[in-house]
Amino acid sequence: MIWDWAFAFEILPVLGRAAIVTIEATLLGFVIAALLGLVLAVVRIAVPRTGWTISVLVELIRSTPLLIQIFFLYFVLPKFGIVLDAFTAGVLAIGIHYAAYCSEVYRAGFDNIHRGQWEASIALNLSSWTTFKDIIIPQAIPPIVPALGNYLVALFKETPLLSAIAVLELMQTAKIIGSETFRYTEPITLVGLFFLAMSLVSAALIRSLEGVLNRRAMR
Amino acid sequence: MTEQPMVRFENVSKRYGTLTVLDGLDLEIKRGEKVSVIGPSGSGKTTVLRMLMTLETINDGVIWVEGEPLTHMQRNGKLVPADINHIRKIRAKIGMVFQSFNLFPHMTAMANCIEAPITVLGMKRADAEARAADLLEMVGLGQKKGHYPSQLSGGQQQRVAIARALAMRPKIMLFDEVTSALDPELVGEVLEVIRKLGREHDLTMLMVTHQMGFAKEFSDRVCFFHAGKICEQGPPKELFGAPKNERTQQFLRAVLEAG
Repeated sequence: MIWDWAFAFEILPVLGRAAIVTIEATLLGFVIAALLGLVLAVVRIAVPRTGWTISVLVELIRSTPLLIQIFFLYFVLPKFGIVLDAFTAGVLAIGIHYAAYCSEVYRAGFDNIHRGQWEASIALNLSSWTTFKDIIIPQAIPPIVPALGNYLVALFKETPLLSAIAVLELMQTAKIIGSETFRYTEPITLVGLFFLAMSLVSAALIRSLEGVLNRRAMR
Repeated sequence: MTEQPMVRFENVSKRYGTLTVLDGLDLEIKRGEKVSVIGPSGSGKTTVLRMLMTLETINDGVIWVEGEPLTHMQRNGKLVPADINHIRKIRAKIGMVFQSFNLFPHMTAMANCIEAPITVLGMKRADAEARAADLLEMVGLGQKKGHYPSQLSGGQQQRVAIARALAMRPKIMLFDEVTSALDPELVGEVLEVIRKLGREHDLTMLMVTHQMGFAKEFSDRVCFFHAGKICEQGPPKELFGAPKNERTQQFLRAVLEAG
């Protein structure tokens, strides 16, 4: 028989520990992506003359493979005296890469806000900070939660790229188990199932969050 | 020395590309004066309000508020374009009510009215709420404090918008076609609130309106705009009763015929 249950159960604890690293990388990466993306989108509106620079930056990041960006941070930055450990470099690369995508999502959210909301904020003499914080962002975010959620799931599924710089996440761990035991079927299958399960769970979570936000917006 | 005008437009022009919306506008409004602006669409009348609220920049001229420049600031005895801090300082004297209400949809009527007093004027929440409650009472919405804009009729939303603007204690209130988006049966309740405000002698009011009857009854002065200029202005009795300019006559005839 190809599938060995005993072996599968034996490697489960090791894979479980690696899964935690994968989840950590996902959450940290997404926090960076969501916050940096928001900063990029806000700066683009608040300081119009940065628009061109930010557009070029976003395009540059979106149009080059994530793997190259990971290698760049891990192998090239040290040449400039910036040495990052593999996990930090990997999470940063993923975060920055997805920040570029997220900033476009936020931009779409901001574009959907009626001009009258900005004008009312000016007429009430609100500062730009207050306008973003209290007026624009609370209205712009709920409609884009599904899009951000999709990027969370996409980001999660790209974390195996971190195995390329030997971060001990799920994929790397599965590869190590495979090369030590010459059995790949169980570890790779289990890793695949883990990603499938987690993706389904997060999709469901995002849907329910969306429901909550919609209900609040409907008030 | 005569008193400073509350607002003074000095040779103000506004252009969009090659289109001149306002052409060398000179207009003075006294403290407490109620001025209505009428005219065909595209005559630049709304632009006057939007420039005063700093929603539009101007291409030429200077706008003064109580003797201080709004669009410019003094530096070494010369007028230079104003920075945002200067604009915010002068703009604090002005409030505006919009045709499309522009309430913040994610906030209750009360929250709409206390947002700016708390964040801009630095008022304590309790004080801001007390004042907002008074204002909502004044516009007849004392019972609707906890309602969201989507739960209010157009007329009620517009009255909240008036209370929200007043919460900032402006000296000048701008009304930009505030009844145009309302169902006919809701116009009266909004005009009633504006009438009430009109009895405050210190409040300077400038309104763009299509309600000729209201302009006639309410204003101290009516300005008729045509093609980016004031074509004719005067007390409502004169302007509506015996318009001198041919364009004014044409406009009034057309408006009155349409009912």
